Amino acid sequence: MRTLDQTTQEVLDLAAEHFQLPEGSLEPRDDFFKKLGIDSLQTLEMLSRLENHFGIELPDYEVQGVSDFKTLAERIHSRL
Amino acid sequence: MLDLSKYQSIGEALRDALDRYSNEVCLIEADRQCEKERLTYGDFKERAHPLSKGLQDGGFSAGARASIIMTNQPKWLISAYAIFFSGGVLVPLDYKLTPDEQWQLLKHSSATVLITEYPIWRQLSISAGRAAATSVQTVLVTEAPANADLAGARRWEEHRGTGEPVFIARERRDTACIVYSSGTGGRPKGCMMTHENYLEQCVALTSLYPFWPGVRYLSILPTNHAIDFMVGFFGPFTCGATVVHLRTLRPEYVREAFPKYKITYVSLVPLVLKNLQKGLQARFDALPPGKRKVFNALVRINKALTKSQPRLGISRRLLKQVHEAFGGELRAIIVGGAFTEPQTLQFFYDLGIPVANGYGLTEAGTAITVNDLKPFRADTVGKPLPGMEVRIVNPAVDGVGEVSVCSKTIMAGYLNEPELTAETIVDGWLLTGDLGRFDGAGHLQLTGRKKNMIVTEEGKNIYPEDIEAVFESLSVKEFCVFAANYIWPKPSNTGEKLVLVLHPEPGQQYSEELRLDINARNNRLLNYKRVHGVVLLDEDFPRTASLKIKRNVLAERLAKLDSAAAILPL
Repeated sequence: MRTLDQTTQEVLDLAAEHFQLPEGSLEPRDDFFKKLGIDSLQTLEMLSRLENHFGIELPDYEVQGVSDFKTLAERIHSRL
Repeated sequence: MLDLSKYQSIGEALRDALDRYSNEVCLIEADRQCEKERLTYGDFKERAHPLSKGLQDGGFSAGARASIIMTNQPKWLISAYAIFFSGGVLVPLDYKLTPDEQWQLLKHSSATVLITEYPIWRQLSISAGRAAATSVQTVLVTEAPANADLAGARRWEEHRGTGEPVFIARERRDTACIVYSSGTGGRPKGCMMTHENYLEQCVALTSLYPFWPGVRYLSILPTNHAIDFMVGFFGPFTCGATVVHLRTLRPEYVREAFPKYKITYVSLVPLVLKNLQKGLQARFDALPPGKRKVFNALVRINKALTKSQPRLGISRRLLKQVHEAFGGELRAIIVGGAFTEPQTLQFFYDLGIPVANGYGLTEAGTAITVNDLKPFRADTVGKPLPGMEVRIVNPAVDGVGEVSVCSKTIMAGYLNEPELTAETIVDGWLLTGDLGRFDGAGHLQLTGRKKNMIVTEEGKNIYPEDIEAVFESLSVKEFCVFAANYIWPKPSNTGEKLVLVLHPEPGQQYSEELRLDINARNNRLLNYKRVHGVVLLDEDFPRTASLKIKRNVLAERLAKLDSAAAILPL
């Protein structure tokens, strides 16, 4: 069973890999729109990758208004 | 299609459409790979009438206001029909707003009924803003889990009366919808749209882009948006066509929907269209050199053959794989909500996929001009639709002036804002605040914006005044938010940004601490509402006798600064 910290770290690692950033370059509090310079569509693409990794389904409404990795990780963790 | 000239209201037209097209499929709902539901117009009626009766039994009557805050799905349209059938006024709100913003607009609209989805209600019910919206008496929540705490709401699925509801007639001049074109800050702009506005707009649009039974429209833009309400609900329904809803907007499932449901039309905002272009371009670039050469030659042939008009049959044969990826039956992509770059429009047209590019605003009842494809033009927003008179006010030597429009599709006014209405609609002409000119062929070209606002590529209208609250009590003498293009006009309607203008206290520096504070506040805003940079001004802001900032005078002063040097990045 993962801890929330582990889930958060996995989210950060996967996002870094997805957007081809060096490992460790993202922080839990980072705003992904700003830090990654991405739009809402690219965010949805990232979510699909996270869903596949964690083996969960994350409905679009669960991520509505979420813009930082920490909150995103919490939403994912609650579905594990 | 129904002869809409014979109808008085949206409810009356839809009522007849449900009977006339009873056996046609009106709605398909898909969730990821699964199809959840498929309804005929007859099924739709069977779902909607008990809800309508439930509303009427609860005291809902002519002129009463009911709001819908939902993602795109059949229950949105069923609820809207039930409201119109009962003579009500629909207040469609954006499900992407924050709960407090939604409550502000519910309060402003005086809605007595709210229809929403359980996940949205979970957020709304615990929001502090709930206390202010005292007009909301009934909340209906869809898809709530069996043991869910409904926090005072009722289940949509169980809110049904027995027996037939009574159809409540409305007149053309009555308000059908209150649509918020913007404004969750100081001055919400609730456009009062009449039944006539919608009936006339539908006739105008379908004359160029017709629907008929068998047409399938993919509904992706939020249905509260004027475009999807028209082409994803009222338009197709009055023609017996089918609307396809997806419960997720993940790109991979949207892509799958085109071939799976043989989509005929889809509406997109420019941002999505541009992303689609990027994705396709990357796939074309990845072709082996030989295949790429053949493909490029086919595109050139298609371009030459469709120069004067689209020839869908030829394009579908020439560029078979591209068209098959879109399902093989796509007739046009409707794009709206914001300005689209010409090269994006041309890219799709060259592939044999016409993009119905146009120009409009909520206040004018969706579209004012649309490209009629005779021939396709990527450099304009098309010609005025039938029934629209468009003129340029006070044109300069180059013909550029403010675009104004007069038609039966123009709103009755802004709710509770007679002064703002009088400034916006003068002698029956709507002043759009957009700058443009007509070319020799009668096409409208937009050249910029006169008003202090921005429109994002996702089609969001942002008014600076609406986001100033987040900077309240910032430790400076005074501040103000502007659209950068309002201060420093540019001949384009893309890439617009907001800037925060600061007047520091005497001797105060723009410190790192202040920058971090601004950043933290900025991050509280939804990403598309954030300011892009800071402008420092070491002088008092001009103000009226009632101490309101004279924004136009302040903008004139700021315009003397060099924008490149003046805007400090955050």
